[in-house]
Amino acid sequence: MKEASENIDKWPDGLENSANALKERRSLSAEMSDAEARKVLASRSRRGFLLGGVAALAGIFGWRWLPEETKVGFLQNVFRFNESVTSAIFDPTRLSPQFPVEKVTRPSRVNGFLGIESEIDLDAWRLNIGGIQGRSSDLVLTMDDIRKLPKTESITEFKCIEGWSTIVQWTGIRFSDFVTAYTPWKNPEDMPPYVSLATPDGAYFVGWDTPSIMHPQTLLVYEMNGEMLTSNHGAPLRLASPTKYGIKQLKRIGRIDFTHERPQDYWANEGYDWYSGL
Amino acid sequence: MSARVEEKHRAPIRWMHWINFPLLAMMMWSGVLIYWANPIYSLRLAGREIFYFFPQGFYSFLGVPYRLAEGMQLHFFFMWLFTINGIAYVAYLFLSGEFRGLLPTFGSLKRSFRVVLYELHISKQKPPQGKYNDAQRIVYTLVILMGAGSVLTGIAIYKPLQASLFTSALGGYEWARWEHFWLMILFAAFFVVHVVQVAIAGWRNFQSMITGVEVVKGEGETE
Repeated sequence: MKEASENIDKWPDGLENSANALKERRSLSAEMSDAEARKVLASRSRRGFLLGGVAALAGIFGWRWLPEETKVGFLQNVFRFNESVTSAIFDPTRLSPQFPVEKVTRPSRVNGFLGIESEIDLDAWRLNIGGIQGRSSDLVLTMDDIRKLPKTESITEFKCIEGWSTIVQWTGIRFSDFVTAYTPWKNPEDMPPYVSLATPDGAYFVGWDTPSIMHPQTLLVYEMNGEMLTSNHGAPLRLASPTKYGIKQLKRIGRIDFTHERPQDYWANEGYDWYSGL
Repeated sequence: MSARVEEKHRAPIRWMHWINFPLLAMMMWSGVLIYWANPIYSLRLAGREIFYFFPQGFYSFLGVPYRLAEGMQLHFFFMWLFTINGIAYVAYLFLSGEFRGLLPTFGSLKRSFRVVLYELHISKQKPPQGKYNDAQRIVYTLVILMGAGSVLTGIAIYKPLQASLFTSALGGYEWARWEHFWLMILFAAFFVVHVVQVAIAGWRNFQSMITGVEVVKGEGETE
């Protein structure tokens, strides 16, 4: 090959062309007349263009012909398929990188006011928890009940489904500590497979799978970037986790329900991936 | 006068090439639907913005705005087909031996300059042309690598926690998104150059990607 490259001007251009010098595979038919060759070519072109044309038209018009519900349903099933693949391959307890406090993005970015538009009376706020094993009524907690649990800090990259990200210092309690303290469940496998969270007015609601919400970096947060959580960021208590996009990290939590049914999710109803796992 | 029919592109290569066209188109289109939600990149030269991706007119002309959810639905469906087709293509190249006509060889870089000079009509000296010339060998190989790069940077953005070591190796989440975006721009640039070159090369060359064959002169002995 090296030898050949030095004599490239001598490489022939005809039948014994450079392809031979380069040891490329060439397959040549027996000699035929020009007319015969043209015929071979014409029939092969016809077949090729016909096939390509039909395939392209079938693709375009077939997709247009399909009813909108069929298409949306199909693509939602793809989301479910991707969820089953990724949750099977990946380890739900893998940790997200932690950042030093200097890396925290300042000022913090505020995005979305769903469910937190009204004024909130922080003293009147209560956290209502349903679906706890062995209880027929909601468990009702105050902020003091939350603050009693081990204070945990986590500086992680917050990722918005829109494609931007910021680094945030979250302080609160581990969701898993909250489960250990206030429910009889000892480990995630005993729990119902889903958790539903909603704002007090019910305007914004999200669904979580239990492995992701029990992830050690999923926190119920009451301080952000070293200060009390502001109303815009979801005071008095919000969810924060590097396991999902921001659309899942509900601000101003009013209700938590443990459930066996896959919960409704505000953005999944708008066509986004219910799982939205990172 | 006599002729021979030369089989130039084998059927699997042609199929996978043409299947890749709508798949890549759908990946780029759905990618733009997603990118619109956080359009932060621009081409800069010495700190000056040369071109912002993308101007408002581009979005409104194509009807891009507020289709993030749809973009993600399409992107995370076609990613499978794009990846499978790409892996099948590379596997076929190596199993069939077709890679010999495609990968650069010793001296390809040097000879590719001659291709460029010839095609710009600066030099009249015709560069050696096998199935592909040396510039084609380099570019087509790079395009395969770009495809692999797109899949890998895509994984880094898609699952930045589960693939956190890999995402960090690419410089972190935001860098991975930047890399993924620029690979898309490179694909778009390749597409434009490719179509222009195919148009210049002419019908005989173009039809060979569809029929698989070219007619060559029949005189003389062959191997």
